[in-house]
Amino acid sequence: MTPVAEAGPSRPDRPSLTLAAGLLLVGLHVLVALLTLVWTPYDPTALAGMRLEPPSLLHWAGTDRLGRDFFTAIMIGSRIALLVGLGAIAIGGAIGVILGLLAAFAQRFADDALAAALDILIAFPTLLIAMLVVAASGASLGSSVLALGIALSAVVARLTRILAKRVLVMDFITAARTSGATWPAIVVEHVLPNIWPTLAINFALQFGIAVVAEASLSYLGLGAPPPNASWGSLLQEAQGTVYTAPIAAIAPGLALVSLVIGVNLLADGLRDVVDPTRRAAR
Amino acid sequence: MPAILAYLVRRLVILVLSLLVAAVVLFVLLRLLPGDPANALLGVGATDAQIAAARAQLGSDQPLAAQFADFLGKLARFDLGQSFVSKTDVLPEIGRRLSVTLPLTIGGFVLAIAIALPLGILAAVKSGRRTDGAISTISQLGIAIPVFWLGILLITLFAVNLRIFPSGGFPLKGWSEVGPAALSMVLPVATVALVIAASLLRYVRSATLDVLGSDYLRTARALGSGYATAVVRHGIRNGAVPVISILGIELATSFLGAVTVEKVYALPGLGSMLLLAISQRDYPDVQGVLFVSTLLVLLIGFLADLAQRLIDPRLREQAHTS
Repeated sequence: MTPVAEAGPSRPDRPSLTLAAGLLLVGLHVLVALLTLVWTPYDPTALAGMRLEPPSLLHWAGTDRLGRDFFTAIMIGSRIALLVGLGAIAIGGAIGVILGLLAAFAQRFADDALAAALDILIAFPTLLIAMLVVAASGASLGSSVLALGIALSAVVARLTRILAKRVLVMDFITAARTSGATWPAIVVEHVLPNIWPTLAINFALQFGIAVVAEASLSYLGLGAPPPNASWGSLLQEAQGTVYTAPIAAIAPGLALVSLVIGVNLLADGLRDVVDPTRRAAR
Repeated sequence: MPAILAYLVRRLVILVLSLLVAAVVLFVLLRLLPGDPANALLGVGATDAQIAAARAQLGSDQPLAAQFADFLGKLARFDLGQSFVSKTDVLPEIGRRLSVTLPLTIGGFVLAIAIALPLGILAAVKSGRRTDGAISTISQLGIAIPVFWLGILLITLFAVNLRIFPSGGFPLKGWSEVGPAALSMVLPVATVALVIAASLLRYVRSATLDVLGSDYLRTARALGSGYATAVVRHGIRNGAVPVISILGIELATSFLGAVTVEKVYALPGLGSMLLLAISQRDYPDVQGVLFVSTLLVLLIGFLADLAQRLIDPRLREQAHTS
């Protein structure tokens, strides 16, 4: 899995453009996903044409090996990908932020132990563990999301711990403590407001990683079965017919990459908005 | 105790603990898998007596604690048991599979460095100009592309359209047929390499930028050393530190990427073994592959950390990082 550590911005100096491009790409996928809830060009399970038809006005991305409309399947893929990303972030974010805050507040030994435990978790090959969890609990959208959420929580927890520790040594925390604030109050009123922008940006990056990881699982045959087939499953099927229907091996990948680039651009754009010093210092 | 030794001990303890946690996770998850392993071993239509005998043979009639102790003891002796399906020992089979996976991993990794180092440095030197923009955009694109899709794209281009390389498969006789074996490794190695290079490039670029803008380089220049000498004598050593820590992560990533790429190109490596084992519910194989893979990934991380400490005296001073 790609490391999430930032190696520095690399695009030209136009944060608003980055943000706009990211919003546009992600917005497009959100619109398509919402649209599939009420309307799709064809019934995703219906045999809408001949087998492996080439792209035409009737079937924009052709048909699959059973004759189902492929563009419909790609549209539904947007919904699946967004669900996977949001689900993994919700699970990983909730577990990670709570663990990270506990570690930040914990005293010497407990903090060391938690930090070491997080290091151990992060060292684990996510994809392998996810494969095992999915193999154990059966291939479904829920088990992939759960596995990815758990894998992601360690990264979030480590980041939360570092960020929260940085806030906890500030003078206003000491002031709050001396004026008798309890630690839940300190978390809600002081720590979270100070760390959420950085966390939100990290969530966006993790979203992209989760979507790619789920696609990999699906491609390996460990993804959710239809009607929840993700772009990864579509690509797996399409590879078998790549000689006759190459478009099917390309289109779902383009959809996947456009969403991942979209969330990455969104994260970069947000970072520049939240932290203007990054724009200047370069 | 010297700081480096204290660090080594601490890091080794973490390594062993990680392996232990991996073993516990494996043990628990394999017990959660649906069905009794004895059923998987015998298939449908086995008599009760056969099942009881199989359970005794597998040890699944023992209490959980005894099973766990037995499991750990065998892992410690690298006794990974026997495959349910093929009845062969798991460890030698993993060794055979590694003869495909390791060349793929290492070949992809080395090629990735060969691509990323010059391009990353070039991008940094031309920072802010069009060359930099182009290289960085390509790298951004490469990071968003999943390794398996890149594989499919390369197959579409080089196997389906240009017909230069095979679209997959590996000679039955393995590396004794060197020519065909090497030919069938070209696209897989390129796939792993391109994905790794895309993310490595960004780190090389930013490390180079840091070196070029550093005070020590300016000081060396002011003391009269030539630009090239200053970069070689001071820059490379300083720039190498962050890059090496990333290299460890990238080597682990190329190993995991290789596991996926094997499926794309139908190569008989560790990844294919794992997928086959999962689909056949061949638990000893699943457990063995996952344990060896985790061990390899953890070892790579350990060695990368160690190399970084040895290069950078500043890190050596800090016995304890928090």
